[in-house]
Formats: sequence, C-alpha cells, structure tokens
Amino acid sequence: MKDMRIYRIIPALVLFLTVITINVNAQCKAFAKKVCLPELAPYIHDGNYHAAVLVEGEEAELYKTFYSDMEYRVAIYGEDKLPNVEFKVLDASKNVLYSNKDANYAKTWDFKLQSSQQLKLVVKVSSFNQPGDTPASGCVSIMFGFKMKK
Amino acid sequence: MNKKYGISTGILVVILLISSVLEGCKSGGSKQAPKDDLTKVIPKDNSAAIQDVTQAKKIFDALPSPLESAMLIKSAGARFDNALLNPVGNVNNYVSSKSMALNLGIYTCDLSFASLYEQTQLIIDCMNAAKKMADGLGILKAIEQSKIDELEENINNTEKIMEIVSETFMNSSSYLEDNGQPSIAAMVLLGGWLEGLYISTQLVDMKDFNGNKLVGRIIDQKLSIDILLSLLERSKGNPAVDELIAQVQSLKVVFDKIKITTSPVRPEFDKTTNSTILKSDVKTDMTPEVFKELSAKVGEIRSTFVK
Repeated sequence: MKDMRIYRIIPALVLFLTVITINVNAQCKAFAKKVCLPELAPYIHDGNYHAAVLVEGEEAELYKTFYSDMEYRVAIYGEDKLPNVEFKVLDASKNVLYSNKDANYAKTWDFKLQSSQQLKLVVKVSSFNQPGDTPASGCVSIMFGFKMKK
Repeated sequence: MNKKYGISTGILVVILLISSVLEGCKSGGSKQAPKDDLTKVIPKDNSAAIQDVTQAKKIFDALPSPLESAMLIKSAGARFDNALLNPVGNVNNYVSSKSMALNLGIYTCDLSFASLYEQTQLIIDCMNAAKKMADGLGILKAIEQSKIDELEENINNTEKIMEIVSETFMNSSSYLEDNGQPSIAAMVLLGGWLEGLYISTQLVDMKDFNGNKLVGRIIDQKLSIDILLSLLERSKGNPAVDELIAQVQSLKVVFDKIKITTSPVRPEFDKTTNSTILKSDVKTDMTPEVFKELSAKVGEIRSTFVK
C-alpha cells in the first residue's frame, strides 16, 4: 500500500523537479542576458548562448572557429557566489594563447586573427579551498561578440 | 519489511531523479569524457570533492551563428542576390519539427543577410517567416510581435536590426536548450550554417576564383564541420538527426579534399587597440574542381532542407 503511494508521488516529484530545472535554466539565461551580454558592447553579440551551472573546481570546454575578417570579444562571467572563473584559450596544438589568470582574472578578452583558426576555450571555476565545505555552484556564461575588421 | 522496502525504493528513485535533474540543469552543453589530454597540464585542486567533478567536463560546440555567417559573406565583399534566399512563400511547406527547425536557421540567416544589405521589405518578410517557424516549434516568446514592430520602426538602422536578430536567435536557442530539445537546437544551427555556406558558394564567380576572399571564407568552414558533427552526434539515435549526420558526413568527405596548413599561432598584444592579435600563416589548396563538387553537394543538401 505504501509502495503504491510512493509510485503515485513519483509523477508529481518528476513534475516538481522539471519545474525546478526549467527555473534554474531560466535564471541562468537571465543572468547571462543581464550581466554578460552588456559587456560585449560595442561588439555585436553573435546570437549564440552558452551558459551552464558549474560547481567549484569544475571545467567546461568550448570549441569555436574564429575568422580572420572579424574582431572578437569573449565575455565569461560567473555568478557572484562563485570564486574566480579562470579561462584559457588554446590553439589546435594545445598551445596556450591567453590565460585570464595573467590578467587578474579579466572577464573579457579582445582579439583578432591573422588567419582563421579553430580555438578551444577552457573555463574553470577555481576553488575557495575550504575543505569540508559544500562546493559552491552557480551559473557561468560564455558569450561572443564580433565586428568586421577595420 | 514491506515498509522498509518501500521507503528505500522511494529514496533511491528520489536520488536518481535529483541526479538526473542536476545533470539536466547544466544546459547548453553536454558532459563528455575529455576530448584530449588537456587535463594533464591543468593543475588540479587538492580537495577530493572538487577532483571528482573535474573527471567529466562540459563540452560546448559553437557553430557560427546565422548572423556571423551573413557577416562573413558581407565582409568578403560579396553582392546581394535575393534569388538565392529561401522564398518566404515556402513557410507553409514546413510542418515537421525537423523542417521547421532547419528553416528557422535558414530564415534567420536570410534575415541577417537581408539586414546587412538593407533590404527593408525582405527583412520584415524573413522575420515573419522565422517567427512562423519558431511558433510552430512551440518556442514561446522567441519572436514576439513587439519585436517585429520594433524591427519595422528601426528598419533603416542596421545596428538595431542586428541586435534584434541576435536577441531573437538567442531566445530560440536558449529556449530549446533549456527545455530539453538539444536536437532541435542543433538542427536550427545546422540550417543557418548551411544557408550561409550555400549563399557563399553560389556567389563565387569562377572567373575570379584565385585569391577570391569569399572562397577563403568557404574553405574556413572546413574548420567547423567537425564541431557540427559533434553537435549532431549528441542526438544520435534520433532518426531525423541520423539522416542529417549522414548528409553532413557526405559534405565532410568533400571538405576533407581541402588541405589547410597553419603555422604555429603567435599572440601579440596591441597596446593601441588593447587587443591581442593571433598571428599565423595559413596555406590552403582548394582546386576549382573541388569547389564545384563542394558547391554541388551543399546545393543538394540545401534542396532537401527547403523543399
């Protein structure tokens, strides 16, 4: 009888958790739009949306082709409750071309290319280094702006 | 006994559900094993808990958006040709989710192309066509009537129009990602990317093939084809996506005939512009014959999307 009750609860629980998921994603999107997007100006946002909830210490990778005719700005923002968000840009041979750690954890980077390249961005939420604490988690947003090269 | 069994089953189900929801929360990308050994050069934190979460990584594959594709065509100095775009009269032909998703990408690319060349009536028509596709896919509030009104009010302001296109495209893709429809989101991106490639290939004048800037931008798309396949392969097993993977793989066969050799990249900081220049030299070798084959393949695939 109790088993039956649990199985009746499951659909309601699924619905509840689905609503939570959509809500978390909506919050992440709202954060990306409110905080990250304005930092792309005067570049034009390319329209793509990359955001995810990351946990302290977690990494994400992004692969994208960048073109020689354009100038780019990448903006990477994490929610305030997260420690610094590190990002590195690597070429196809895994050479590090840029690390925001060397620029006091800058949240944007402007660049242009002499020839088109596929680059890899490695984004990592650093750690508060407080053993025993539950790792912090929050939304991290990665956005690109571009404009025609002058 | 029965009670114990019932409670533990319930707890197990709850744990599994929470795990799956937390996984689902991480929108916009996928969790995969690392593609390469990059983790070897990244210092790990000492905390065991943190080490655990670094075992799997979230991977984002970013294709050029329709707006960026259109900008690349414009920056190569190409002319505008209305006849190359998907006629807006075709909108009623698209009733399946697959065709609506592909054509949402296609019309967004056409809209961006029209915007950059200030084709005012076409901008509004393409926006309405894109709205119809988005509405058909159930993408709530992606393209609201107020945005179309704003577009009409700013019809001569290219910058504002691009901002609106960018915003509506972001609304569509984020809605699809957030609502567990990554396969549809991938199809939208594929549609936009292929439309940009189709317009580019059609605009190349074979009499002016060597040193043609547009040809250079077409060759650059070889760099994105693996990203595209990776994006689609996350939804492998979905029959509609499997068909698209086969089509993109046939395109990759042609792209693989093009050789791109790049010298090591040297970053140089430019103090005057406060930006970094990534310096490198590139050599490519696409022959006119390979270009014609590529152009034919792109046209063949695109015709299946817009029919």
